[in-house]
Amino acid sequence: MADTMQFDLVSPERSLASLQVTAVQIPGADGDMTAMPAHAPTITTLRPGLLRVESPEGNSDYVVSGGFAEIGSEGLSVLAEKAIPVTEMTRDHLDELIEAARAAHAAAHENKTEHHSLVDDATKLLADMEALGEHINL
Amino acid sequence: MPNLKDLKNRIESVKSTRKITKAMQMVAAAKLRRAQESAEESRPYTKRFNAVMAGLAASVGGSSSAPLLLRGTGSDQTHLLVVMTSERGLCGGFNSSIAKLARLKAEELKSAGKTVKILTVGKKGRDSLKRDLGDDFVGHVDLSEVKRVGYVNAQDIAKDVLGRFDAGDFDVATIFYSEFVNVVTQIPTEQQIIPASFETVEGDSDGAVYDYEPSEEAILADLLPRGVATQIFAALLENGASEQGARMSAMDNATRNAGDMIDQLTIQYNRTRQAAITNELIEIISGAEAL
Repeated sequence: MADTMQFDLVSPERSLASLQVTAVQIPGADGDMTAMPAHAPTITTLRPGLLRVESPEGNSDYVVSGGFAEIGSEGLSVLAEKAIPVTEMTRDHLDELIEAARAAHAAAHENKTEHHSLVDDATKLLADMEALGEHINL
Repeated sequence: MPNLKDLKNRIESVKSTRKITKAMQMVAAAKLRRAQESAEESRPYTKRFNAVMAGLAASVGGSSSAPLLLRGTGSDQTHLLVVMTSERGLCGGFNSSIAKLARLKAEELKSAGKTVKILTVGKKGRDSLKRDLGDDFVGHVDLSEVKRVGYVNAQDIAKDVLGRFDAGDFDVATIFYSEFVNVVTQIPTEQQIIPASFETVEGDSDGAVYDYEPSEEAILADLLPRGVATQIFAALLENGASEQGARMSAMDNATRNAGDMIDQLTIQYNRTRQAAITNELIEIISGAEAL
């Protein structure tokens, strides 16, 4: 069994990473999961969170939001609408994300009679964002 | 017969025109490189995205539970044409060829009894379609303040389009843009984005059956709106590269024409100057002879 697999992280604007990795922790919509070589083929959507990449050269973390991950026979591709390496992440970036989450939260609250799940989703998103901030010490 | 001073002024003015077009050409060349780079960098994303969507659409499509964005509203009465052009002129036939394609399509749809609505992106296309199709305009997206087109811009346009779709304003959406082939060739293209159609990628049928998390329908519902944004973004980037390419070759032509004109005017100037000198000499000589 191969002990590494191909990993690609791309956003619409640029390709952020393409390397051989041993494991990747993905913030999936239904919960975090770790993909390792020879994982069953899976497609999952992403929730905003931290993508943790373990490769023989060392680990790297990315903040991702929106998009999906595709685990195939050859490797793993993550297509994120927004992806920022944690090293480049600043308080401003996070504030922007939190602000967007707050706006979504407020909007969901206004018409909450229609969709209860929307409010829950937005609340969860906001909590995710704040947890993320604490996680990376900003 | 223009006098010497007029000719000199003309030459000066054409020279400064040449300087401007030359500068514009060089600016366009630099911008073209950047635009091409960003178009290329977005390609892996678009490609993978479409491949996954094609797979998903193939497995869910057809069923009545498929999202509206995929199977359409079941009618094709109202069409939304999203016409993407540039904010600035002086780029040869770039804007007019996109506008022409859109106009033809609009006329074709109208003669088939369909309703046409037009959303323009970029000032130039709006200006050239205003006279014939001004009544069909439903909106305009202004990108003149945007220095460099980002995914955010595409998201904004997509949000606008999707909002109208959810409100039931139209059944079919088509985008018009120019596909960049090389500096001298840009092909005006139309592409239907709603209902979504994904080209099946050949050689991708490795037979892998995917697990989906959450369900296929949920993923599709989440990804289809993003697909619209992705396609718009790709079109915007192609358009950006095409615009700069078209401007570059247009300005190259203009620079060359200005050069030709300067040569012609210079010859005329020299001839006129010599004629004047000869005239003066004749006057002096005949004056001397008369004495």
